[in-house]
Amino acid sequence: MNTQFWIVQAFNGVSYGALLFLVGAGLSLIFGVMRIVNLSHGAYFLWGGYIALSVIHATGSWALSLPLAALAVAAIGIAMERLFLRSAGLEYLRNGAIAAGVGVLINLAISARWPQLIGGGWIQFVIISVVAALAVYALLQRISVVPIDNDVLRQVLLTVGFAFLFQQAALDIWGGNNMDINPPSEFTQSIVVGGIYLPLYRVFMIGMAVAIGIVLWLAMEKTRMGAAVRATVDDAQMARGVGIDTNRISMFIFALGAFLAALGGVIGGAFLGIYPGLDFEMLPLAFAVVIIGGMGSLGGAAIGALAVGLADNFGKALFPEISYFTLYAPMVLILAIKPTGLFGRE
Amino acid sequence: MVTQKFKILMVLVALLALAIIVPNSGSFVVLLTTRALCFAILAMSLDILLGFTGLASLGQAAYFGVGAYLTAVLATKFGFGLGWDFWLVVLLGMLLGAALAAFFGLFAIRATGVYFLMITLALGQCVWGLAYRWNSVTGGDNGINMNGRPAFGLDLTNEITFFYLVFAFFVASMAIMYVLVRSPFGRSLEGIRERELRMQILGYNTWLHKYIAFIIAGAFGGLAGVLWAHTNGHVSPENVVLTTSVDALLMVVLGGAGTLVGAVIGSAIVFGLREYLSTLVPWWQYALGAVYVLTILYLPTGLMGIPARIRQWRGSGKSEDSTKLTAKALASKPS
Repeated sequence: MNTQFWIVQAFNGVSYGALLFLVGAGLSLIFGVMRIVNLSHGAYFLWGGYIALSVIHATGSWALSLPLAALAVAAIGIAMERLFLRSAGLEYLRNGAIAAGVGVLINLAISARWPQLIGGGWIQFVIISVVAALAVYALLQRISVVPIDNDVLRQVLLTVGFAFLFQQAALDIWGGNNMDINPPSEFTQSIVVGGIYLPLYRVFMIGMAVAIGIVLWLAMEKTRMGAAVRATVDDAQMARGVGIDTNRISMFIFALGAFLAALGGVIGGAFLGIYPGLDFEMLPLAFAVVIIGGMGSLGGAAIGALAVGLADNFGKALFPEISYFTLYAPMVLILAIKPTGLFGRE
Repeated sequence: MVTQKFKILMVLVALLALAIIVPNSGSFVVLLTTRALCFAILAMSLDILLGFTGLASLGQAAYFGVGAYLTAVLATKFGFGLGWDFWLVVLLGMLLGAALAAFFGLFAIRATGVYFLMITLALGQCVWGLAYRWNSVTGGDNGINMNGRPAFGLDLTNEITFFYLVFAFFVASMAIMYVLVRSPFGRSLEGIRERELRMQILGYNTWLHKYIAFIIAGAFGGLAGVLWAHTNGHVSPENVVLTTSVDALLMVVLGGAGTLVGAVIGSAIVFGLREYLSTLVPWWQYALGAVYVLTILYLPTGLMGIPARIRQWRGSGKSEDSTKLTAKALASKPS
């Protein structure tokens, strides 16, 4: 337990916090703007890592995988937000998508139970799927849907449902093995500062998070779009009243949140690995970041990420047996004393 | 309209049918039903909070977990609870669940809405963290393997005898919780769910009511955990994980929050998907995810709410009206 131990642990904690900032900032923004508790956020993280693996496999370029994976997951986020979380105006498309999904499920069930009925031919497969989907669509069109705005419980359960769907899809596409993202060899070296070896990749992570944090902060504080976002966070109804298109803003913010989570997945995949179940491991940590910092606050997310990163590292090093307890107990205390978090506003 | 007496009669007939049919089915059915009954007790305990008090707890698995770990630790480390003292363990499990809820409730009850969800999530994660990491007591990631069930006159290694034991606990829990929600105390809980401010003005100590409901739910969660430990023979952090709490919430909502029978039906369906469908097909999680999405979007009042929705639909004929009515029905539920 010399100074070197403390410095190395602090450095590791800060770099882990940098990763958590990427995941938590997106979640915090989504909650702040849309008032949606998004439990699929861990799935975005996982999918970012998996898509990056595919991009690296296809092109061999790690640098290319960063933006591509993040953009792909952002597109998934937009589709999910527009179709399922706030489907006003697109009810037909939503019902169609769900009917198609249920149709394929019914088909899968039939081919599992009575294989001779389908016989493996793809024509039968398509016909049965389409017929089932049409029947389901006709039924769904008759059921009126109560919007899930302002109903936290239903948001939680709906997004958990999607998290399960993403989990299974990832398992089917990429398999169940533990995979690693290998960054370019320049990043795998270490730099020596005052006799202490610091892995360059972790330095890169911190730099990346700081850069993204500064860009986000400038965008929020100095641009017109940012002002509109802040107005929506404070009072969505009033913002609509003065002519801000809050629908477009919430779509944009949801995409941004998914983008950041996926970016975290690509960057974090290099030292956490990418494996099934990672999504539900990251999710509570991301919530801890958001809760400690305060929902909807960017600066809060940064402080929260730093706190969780350090608590996690020192907890594991100093009291391994109760390390997660030392992480979540402060979260409880903050919620009990100041529910809006350290930097949150009502 | 169906009268209350008729409803009770229907439930009794269904329970009787369950008690007769299950033991005469295959051993797999007996095993699966016994396990599902443990989760049904957990789901009913959550229904007290969610359906009757309007508190959406995202950490009900914590009480389930402490009950299960208590049983496993006592049995493997101290050889306690393997004879007649099994009944003492049941009592201890309920007391520990209640004590934990009494402690957690001090932090949680004041919070409302999304903050209540978050604080119960954090509390649940605290318990999970201890289960996962406190190797010397909980066995860490591997969990604890139990060897043998208690023996006291009854031969509990026989799955059918054990099914009857769990079934008896299940029926007793259901009866107690039914009496509870029909009592004046239960009625005032419903009043708090509908309109907490009005209940405060009427002079009710709503904090105390919610706190007591929280403790009762914790006690039954602990009971479910004790039974689960002996049913499964293995206790692991998997039982305390966030998805178990979320599953319990879905069980309640799928069946219909505010109806104990709904919680039982919901737990049968969700547990069936997780434990039975997963043995049949590799894509079972699609079905689980689909049940989540379909329930939340199209069936927010749950399966028990279907008759009411059909009645509305027939009566009004206009979908607009039924949207409003469903929204109203939901507004009385927690948010």
